[in-house]
Amino acid sequence: MESLTLTDVEQKYYSDLFVYCDTDNTKKVASNGKVLDLFRAAQLPSEVVLQITELCGATRLGHFGRSQFYIALKLIAVAQSGLPLRVESLNSVKDLPLPRFVVAKNEQEARHTAMYPDLENQGPYQGVIPRPPGRGQVKKVSAHEVIQPCVPTVEPQPDTTSPVVSPHQSPPTSPHAWRKHKRQASGGNVERPPVVVAGAVWTPFREVQSGPVVVGDGMWSAHSPPPVQESWVSLKDTYPPSSSKMPPMHLSPVQVENSSIRTVASITTANEIQRQSSSGYDDPWKITDEQRQYYINQFKTIQPDLNGFIPGSAAKEFFTKSKLPILELSHIWELSDFDKDGALTLDEFCAAFHLVVARKNGYDLPEKLPESLMPKLIDLDDSAEVPDQAPDVGYSGSPVEVTPNKSPMPSLNQTWPDLNQGNEQWETFSERSSSSQTLTQFDSNIAPADPDTAIVHPVPIRMTPSKIHMQEMELKRTGSDHTHPTSPLMAKPPELSEETKLATSMKILMFFTKGDGYSSSDSYTSDQDPITSVVTRQRSNSGTSPEGLKVAAAPPPPPPRPNASHSRSSSLDMNRNFAAHPTGPQQSGVVACPPAIPPRPLPTQTSGPHSGHRSDEGLAAHSTTSPQQIPEQPNFADFSQFQAFAASDQPSDDGEKHPESLPVRAGPLRTVKIDNQEERAAATVNSAKGSIMAPPPKPVRRRLKSEDELQDEALPPKSNVIATVLATLPSIPRSVGKDKKAIQASIRRNKETNTVLARLNSELQQQLKDLLEERISLEVQLEQLRPFSHL
Amino acid sequence: MAVCIAVIAKENYPLFIRSVPVQNELKFHYTVHTSLDVVEEKISAVGKAMADQRELYLGLLYPTEDYKVYGYVTNSKVKFVIVVDSSNTSLRDNEIRSMFRKLHNSFTDVMCNPFYNPGDTIQSKAFDSIVSAMMVQAS
Repeated sequence: MESLTLTDVEQKYYSDLFVYCDTDNTKKVASNGKVLDLFRAAQLPSEVVLQITELCGATRLGHFGRSQFYIALKLIAVAQSGLPLRVESLNSVKDLPLPRFVVAKNEQEARHTAMYPDLENQGPYQGVIPRPPGRGQVKKVSAHEVIQPCVPTVEPQPDTTSPVVSPHQSPPTSPHAWRKHKRQASGGNVERPPVVVAGAVWTPFREVQSGPVVVGDGMWSAHSPPPVQESWVSLKDTYPPSSSKMPPMHLSPVQVENSSIRTVASITTANEIQRQSSSGYDDPWKITDEQRQYYINQFKTIQPDLNGFIPGSAAKEFFTKSKLPILELSHIWELSDFDKDGALTLDEFCAAFHLVVARKNGYDLPEKLPESLMPKLIDLDDSAEVPDQAPDVGYSGSPVEVTPNKSPMPSLNQTWPDLNQGNEQWETFSERSSSSQTLTQFDSNIAPADPDTAIVHPVPIRMTPSKIHMQEMELKRTGSDHTHPTSPLMAKPPELSEETKLATSMKILMFFTKGDGYSSSDSYTSDQDPITSVVTRQRSNSGTSPEGLKVAAAPPPPPPRPNASHSRSSSLDMNRNFAAHPTGPQQSGVVACPPAIPPRPLPTQTSGPHSGHRSDEGLAAHSTTSPQQIPEQPNFADFSQFQAFAASDQPSDDGEKHPESLPVRAGPLRTVKIDNQEERAAATVNSAKGSIMAPPPKPVRRRLKSEDELQDEALPPKSNVIATVLATLPSIPRSVGKDKKAIQASIRRNKETNTVLARLNSELQQQLKDLLEERISLEVQLEQLRPFSHL
Repeated sequence: MAVCIAVIAKENYPLFIRSVPVQNELKFHYTVHTSLDVVEEKISAVGKAMADQRELYLGLLYPTEDYKVYGYVTNSKVKFVIVVDSSNTSLRDNEIRSMFRKLHNSFTDVMCNPFYNPGDTIQSKAFDSIVSAMMVQAS
């Protein structure tokens, strides 16, 4: 044997290889099987291998000792570089590249996948992905691949036609030791598939031997095959099981000396790769510009409008062509239909496509949509911006954990020089498969109604109606129309659900109420409908939405309750009053709500002279009607007040006739309020004030007598009694702003009048019964007297 | 926390059944099957009223000494049945309703998937995860 002089690099390399082959751990002899496998991996013709073994003396020895092994390796390098095999060439050839070995399948699987850097995952992935492998045509897929980060250790598989689909196909070539390998020793099984895929992809790549070696950021522009090959040559390496121990350093010098193109690039890419790999697992899911462009083109074939949707059926047809099992396509759909609307936007479509490609290449589908595929994340292409996507995504909080941050990773801009070639592949969706499958005809009744819309009914919550009613009427009177409709509503702020939309719906509700004012309170429910429908559209998969909607549909205030107790009794009088004074803004207001007027005068007495006018009328109505119904039971404690009221009533009667004396009336009213006694005195004494008041009692009495002859004379006192009851209203301090007290007082008064009127009613009913009986008896008598005529 | 959750199609065959104590699965299948009668009865009880007026949540279908069965029907006559342990007294009606609501929501998502043919058994992972979240934690 010739002595073999090896460079340091070679020395290391060979020793590692020897260790690799030294399965028996003899440290002296490499097992034949391993060695032969290795030699076979060198991809040299078998006769060359035989020659080599013979030359190195192994055949002579029968085994591979270290020296033989080294010699053999050197000879392999010689053979691979195309030089004739000769013993003397061992030492004569300078700058011999290291022998390349394509790791065989078995060896590959023996390798720990941890050795594979994440980067390779990304690499192959990204390389692979754009290849929606013509759905099954792996071969072409190749090229770009990959290699991503300079791991051109694409050792072509002996079986170059391995289909891509199978995830368990022969493992890819062994990547040689990178620094990264060490770091990612804990890669785990997850990386296996991508590596496998990479391998499959790489095989054709090797055949093609074209395309750039993509390196991290550094894009290697189209490279001619030779340099690429060279890079392979240099980087190729067997993958020793203990590659983690293999010092990566020895490779870098090799690289450096081999490919000038790669040197700098390789280092940078190595760094790049490390950075990227450290970013995490999701990088493989990143969509490159080119891929995205392709997806966009595909999207356009289905839906020309980039901002539009692809309906589910069309998408189903499209993706069925990929020949993935329906279950997987279903899962992909679940992942990518972000807003669960049964249609795909551009972003969703790209994500779905990406997942399909990944699956086709053997990558297992994730359980959750990867960050980089989420629709509202990065969109490298501005053209693919889908504005309506954002609001949907923004609203749907719960179902998918959306990470708003864009991937910090630098986008791997990979250009695929073999784009044209790839494109051809991309278009080769097998059409025939879909033809046999007809679109699923959904049962018309299967589409479930949106449960939220079915459940949601705006539930109006009754607030204390009368009080609110009074308040609102009062406020309206005082001209604060813009506040009152909202005040009762604001009093009960609806519980806001987590959906922000509800807040806007509330605002909408407010707007509606504002605009309409109280007069349209009846239409509140109708206003609710658009609001609830708007909100229900935001069915953001939140189960609480129906509840929220229920609450959000803020109960409108109940429609204005006509004050029934007074309407009947006062309608006639009110009409008379109105007829007498058709002018006046307050009157018009009063006219607008005749039935509601009666109670109003009571509280509005505190608000001002204007209201005082109305109140006078109201009071007049009260006084005029109540006397009619005053029962003959003067057992009211408030009788004394009635008298005072009667006194004040009189001015109101005058007021009807003298509209110009408004302030005068207000005067008497005020005085009435201040001092009931004065009123009474005025009524009786007929003083200056009383002069105004005195006549009124008379008309009151006159009215009484004229209207009801059956009534006793006691009625006038009763009327006075009731009038005084009503007169207690003015006794309330008229401090403006004490609406609440006024309301309470008015409530009290109303209650009192209610009781009074109820008694009146019962007594009148009794009288009516009596009269009817009399009538019946009279008729009977008449009948008895009549028979003579009949006969 | 349910012991068994089932989704029955309009034609009364199961689209999805899952129970937690796997060994008693057959018993739960039988229970769900018998509860369908009660569901039908409750549906037909509405009579002249339109389906929309009928509430989707049917409430307690029938109790046994071991467990209680609750029902829920969608407008397309797909029934959801939840079986809960009787000993679990802390479950209130509102919770059952919310469980049904979640089921209905995720069922709707499954339906929206164009790759799902109505009438197929439900194999969606998302649906499975929602159901698992509602089931009693496996002892």
